[in-house]
Amino acid sequence: MGYRFSKEKMDEIFSKLSEDFDVFAPVVKKGDGTFSDEDVVRYDKVHSLDEIEFEKKSDYSFKEILLPINETVFYFTEDETIVPKKPEKERLVFLRSCDIHAVKRLDEIYLKNGFEDFYYDRIRKMTKFVLMGCSNSCETGFCASLGTNKCDNYDLYLKCTEGEVFVDVKDEELKKAFESGEKKDVNPDFVSENPTKVTLPKNITKDTMQSGLFKEYGSRCIKCGRCNFVCPTCTCFSMQDIFYKDNEKNGERRRVWASCQVDGYSQIAGGHEFRQDNSDRMRFKVMHKIYDFEKRFGYTMCVGCGRCDDVCPEYISYSTLINKLSKEGE
Amino acid sequence: MGLDINTKKAKKNAWRISKKRGFGASRVRVPGGYCDAKVLGMVQEISQKYGNGYVHLTTRQGFEIEGIHLEDMEEVNKLLQPVIEKVGINQNAEDKDKGYSASGTRNISACIGNNVCPFANYDTATLARRIDKEIFPNDLHFKVACTGCSNDCAKARMHDFGIIGMTMPQYDPNRCVSCNACVKGCQSLSVGALRMDNYKIVRDEEKCIGCGVCITKCPTRAWTRSQKKYYKLTIMGRTGKKNPRLGKDFLIWADEENIVKIIKNTYNFVEDNISPNAPARKEHIGYIIDRVGFEKFKEYALKDVELLPETIMNKTVYWDGIHFDNQH
Repeated sequence: MGYRFSKEKMDEIFSKLSEDFDVFAPVVKKGDGTFSDEDVVRYDKVHSLDEIEFEKKSDYSFKEILLPINETVFYFTEDETIVPKKPEKERLVFLRSCDIHAVKRLDEIYLKNGFEDFYYDRIRKMTKFVLMGCSNSCETGFCASLGTNKCDNYDLYLKCTEGEVFVDVKDEELKKAFESGEKKDVNPDFVSENPTKVTLPKNITKDTMQSGLFKEYGSRCIKCGRCNFVCPTCTCFSMQDIFYKDNEKNGERRRVWASCQVDGYSQIAGGHEFRQDNSDRMRFKVMHKIYDFEKRFGYTMCVGCGRCDDVCPEYISYSTLINKLSKEGE
Repeated sequence: MGLDINTKKAKKNAWRISKKRGFGASRVRVPGGYCDAKVLGMVQEISQKYGNGYVHLTTRQGFEIEGIHLEDMEEVNKLLQPVIEKVGINQNAEDKDKGYSASGTRNISACIGNNVCPFANYDTATLARRIDKEIFPNDLHFKVACTGCSNDCAKARMHDFGIIGMTMPQYDPNRCVSCNACVKGCQSLSVGALRMDNYKIVRDEEKCIGCGVCITKCPTRAWTRSQKKYYKLTIMGRTGKKNPRLGKDFLIWADEENIVKIIKNTYNFVEDNISPNAPARKEHIGYIIDRVGFEKFKEYALKDVELLPETIMNKTVYWDGIHFDNQH
């Protein structure tokens, strides 16, 4: 159901919503970018619409809300373990179409991949998604090439214009909050094409593994892992056991984001590391995004948000690499 | 008739009297070495009309337009007016069309700074222009340089005052993925002030020089810059014939306001303590301090200065360098 509100009225509604929900949205963090006097757009809790960055694509995706960068799995003493409580409030997460498609990938891994992950599941169940439209395409995204440019599985769509706010509510629970608005047909803004176009390789064979492209791009890669950390579909973590300093019999076990590009990822007991060479890591990542995941779950992993292209300090363009791979396979 | 030129006056007017009789060079001051590209065209015009068509890009980031006949000084000074206005140099109304009104205090030089450089911690050209506004025109011999980080590309430590950009690294352990990029970066590019303990980073505050490498290396924004900008103030570095030496740290984690105050206060120190025998009132500040003592300098320099609580001040500073002036 669609509604129109004045900005003032919506501010009231939003303020009430942010009491009932923890609202997470992309926010401009002044001066927190990689370089001096540069900003970064990343997710944080907000209390008003004005805090939300609607224009610029977030540098880091929403995934840290569902999958905290550091998550304590349990605390331990000598004779018991304690699982931390789940968050008190339900949560609203603002995100774009590409990212809503990424949620499906996260669900696939954490809920449908043999068993349900307790920690992901309990936060996921408390989360509703608010679609932010895209009136213009970003430079580096290629959602239209991958069919992630449109979606209808949002709980709420919200668009701010000069002095007015338009919403489309799908979630029953949220509907009550917006009933006071003027009824109106509201259709989300979706882009239908992007400046960046990607063709996925059709004929991936064992020979693809030998492609010189992985060597070339691998030699440029510095193994920093930024591409994985900004990616809304990368789901890897590693485990850390922490023994508290003043009583090492107590501690906690955490799971922490991991990157298949960073040293140590493929290391096993005894010190052997399966993919030491950068080009092996590059091949692993790319093939996982465009082939391995699909082979297992029936659809491509990458959602084409383009964040990996934006963040790479070595200007490695994943989308360019994919297009080159496609050409090779023709 | 012989050429009748007041060379003392000409030198204060930012003219060099060159070795070739009758010719000089116009020294164009460009604070921070940063200017509208149109200035290049203006310099070109002067050089081609009055000079020999060549320009020296000076070590202090100005232009020296060479081969100008000293008789043309007045005409060239007029042509310098739009340059002076473009680069934003202080000027009294009566000095309009008369060139640069002083030359003792040298052009404030700067590295390229954070407008362009990924390592720089501040906008060096803007600070250089600000300090120029505060201290120019002045005929006392002061050299100030602004450099964006501890790499010190501007050679700030060769100056009376070197202003080195710092940032106080802010660490959010909740965003840290223990990838070690900061530890490796600090070790290989900087001072090795970071180590990992219990999968989180420990920063040795004594060792850290605030260069910001950890921040640029961090892939998750666990490390970010402090909102406040900090500076290291190095003092009394110099080149020269007697005792060239590197400037030493006076203030660490200092703020812009106090640094500007200290530089201005030092003008009073020099006024009151400069050697009466200094040729053309030119004596490196460092030699004055060597003569009258560091405590005396501090009395002047720290007048009305209230340092931030986090600023570290070295109460005494000793310099070494190379001595060519030993009497024995």
